[in-house]
Amino acid sequence: MVFIWSILVLVLIVVGLAVLLTVAESVLVNYGVCTIDVNASEKSLEVEGGQSLLSGLIESKIFIPSACGGQGTCGFCKIQVLDGGGPILPTETPYISRGERRDGVRLACQVKIRQDIRVKIPEDLLNVKLFNATVISTEAMTSNIKEIRFKLNDPSEIISRVGQYVQVQAPSPDGPVFRAYSISSAVYETDEVELVVRLIPGGIGSTYLHNLAVGDPVEFTGPYGDFIFDEDPDTELICVGGGAGMAPMKNIIQSMYRQQPDRKCWLFFGCRAKDDIFYLEMFEEMAEKHPNFHVVYGLSEPKPEDDWNGETGFIHLSLDKMIEANGAKRQAFLCGPPPMIDAVTKVLLAKGLPDDRIFFDDFG
Amino acid sequence: MSDISPWAILIATIFTSNILLTNFLGMCSFLACSRQVDTAVGLGAAVIFVMVCTTAINWWIYTHALIPLGIEHLWFIVAIAVIAAFVQFVEMFVERFSPKLYHALGIFLPLITVNCAILGASLLMITRNYDFHQSVAFGFGGGIGWMLAIVLIAGLRQKMSYSDVPRPFQGVAIVMIITGIMAMIFMGFAGMVKI
Repeated sequence: MVFIWSILVLVLIVVGLAVLLTVAESVLVNYGVCTIDVNASEKSLEVEGGQSLLSGLIESKIFIPSACGGQGTCGFCKIQVLDGGGPILPTETPYISRGERRDGVRLACQVKIRQDIRVKIPEDLLNVKLFNATVISTEAMTSNIKEIRFKLNDPSEIISRVGQYVQVQAPSPDGPVFRAYSISSAVYETDEVELVVRLIPGGIGSTYLHNLAVGDPVEFTGPYGDFIFDEDPDTELICVGGGAGMAPMKNIIQSMYRQQPDRKCWLFFGCRAKDDIFYLEMFEEMAEKHPNFHVVYGLSEPKPEDDWNGETGFIHLSLDKMIEANGAKRQAFLCGPPPMIDAVTKVLLAKGLPDDRIFFDDFG
Repeated sequence: MSDISPWAILIATIFTSNILLTNFLGMCSFLACSRQVDTAVGLGAAVIFVMVCTTAINWWIYTHALIPLGIEHLWFIVAIAVIAAFVQFVEMFVERFSPKLYHALGIFLPLITVNCAILGASLLMITRNYDFHQSVAFGFGGGIGWMLAIVLIAGLRQKMSYSDVPRPFQGVAIVMIITGIMAMIFMGFAGMVKI
């Protein structure tokens, strides 16, 4: 008898608690359907309440950049919440400056939809689409850098600006995650996208991309990025890349020389030894065609067998040597590891480039 | 049934038989969340609330369902189920009505489910044969005692960041030592009230 009672009571209690919780949930966590008003009623989205603003927007095909998958650790998904977002949360404060806070900037992944919300999203982000693509080539550039090219299927065309990036969706044990990679193909190649990816041990995105084979399907969103390329033909362009930081440089230089074959441009590329060099022949060919294009590759630790007679030492030293402080109108774009960015930025400032003419993307 | 007044139990569980410092229950969150005084206060408040409510609910279920049916052996599992469900409920409630507090407590709120002090309070009140008022007093006092201990240690840890702790003792090691010393200090109260 006691066994029957035991089982009965236990089942009753567990079922009772479960019912109570379910009822409580449907009463307490049910926010109903809420409206997201985008850019002063330009768009009005109906979404299920209770989820994060980021997932609500993605559900409505507005792809806000997010590299961490909504955990509040990357700080990419900043948008302006004008009304209905509630107070700013401790999880957001590290990423939001005081000025941004005044403008109502929030991390979309941390804002929970509890009521109707009014947001302001840059036009650029409204143009972001989800692309279905197929791998058409993969080529190892160095021991750990691969060039991967996709053919776009749906939509079949990408309209991007110079220096933008895409977010590749990579599978992980905790569901798909997005990882950002610069587009390395030129902007006029609208039906294809090429990435240059360095393999990071244990990295979810880079491991996934490195293991792709020709014919594999890929999904990514884009284009993102607010780099404003100076179209003025008299502006001298200084590109500095380290390692896989070559990706945006290839995009910028190829796109530019299609339009402005006589434009002045420097490309500095820093790496350790000769094994790490890639794209050198391609750029040297371009330099022959375009007399105002100068290519400088520097090795920081050349091996004796490399037989290298180009620049040696860190790349900012070569830059310091070759760029004159002559007050010319210049724009610089840097991409590489943070120490390189810091060193190069210092040199450029000393050469008279204003702060707002130096754009960078560090791999931090 | 013991015949100590609930007030005596309340005072005793705060000082003389502090659930953390004499029974060493709830050590994991005590060690993990005692870096800042304000988070310690928040967590302590949540523990007080959950402890009072769960001791009350559990006492009721034990006396009115388990004893009459003679199935006291189910006690552990029932107590755990009730605590887990209650914490879930509190979490939903706080999120709905005070999002600010919800985010201030963050992960601590669900962590209370696995805080052994909560289960410990529910189990001890049964072994000690408390009646309803005594149980609630025990839960309330236990929560206050736990909060007192964690706030004290958080204050000490904040001060300690300026002191020169030998390398092998840094981090949890020194906290354990301090907790031990603090437990000895609280032993000075022992014997004043017997529960």
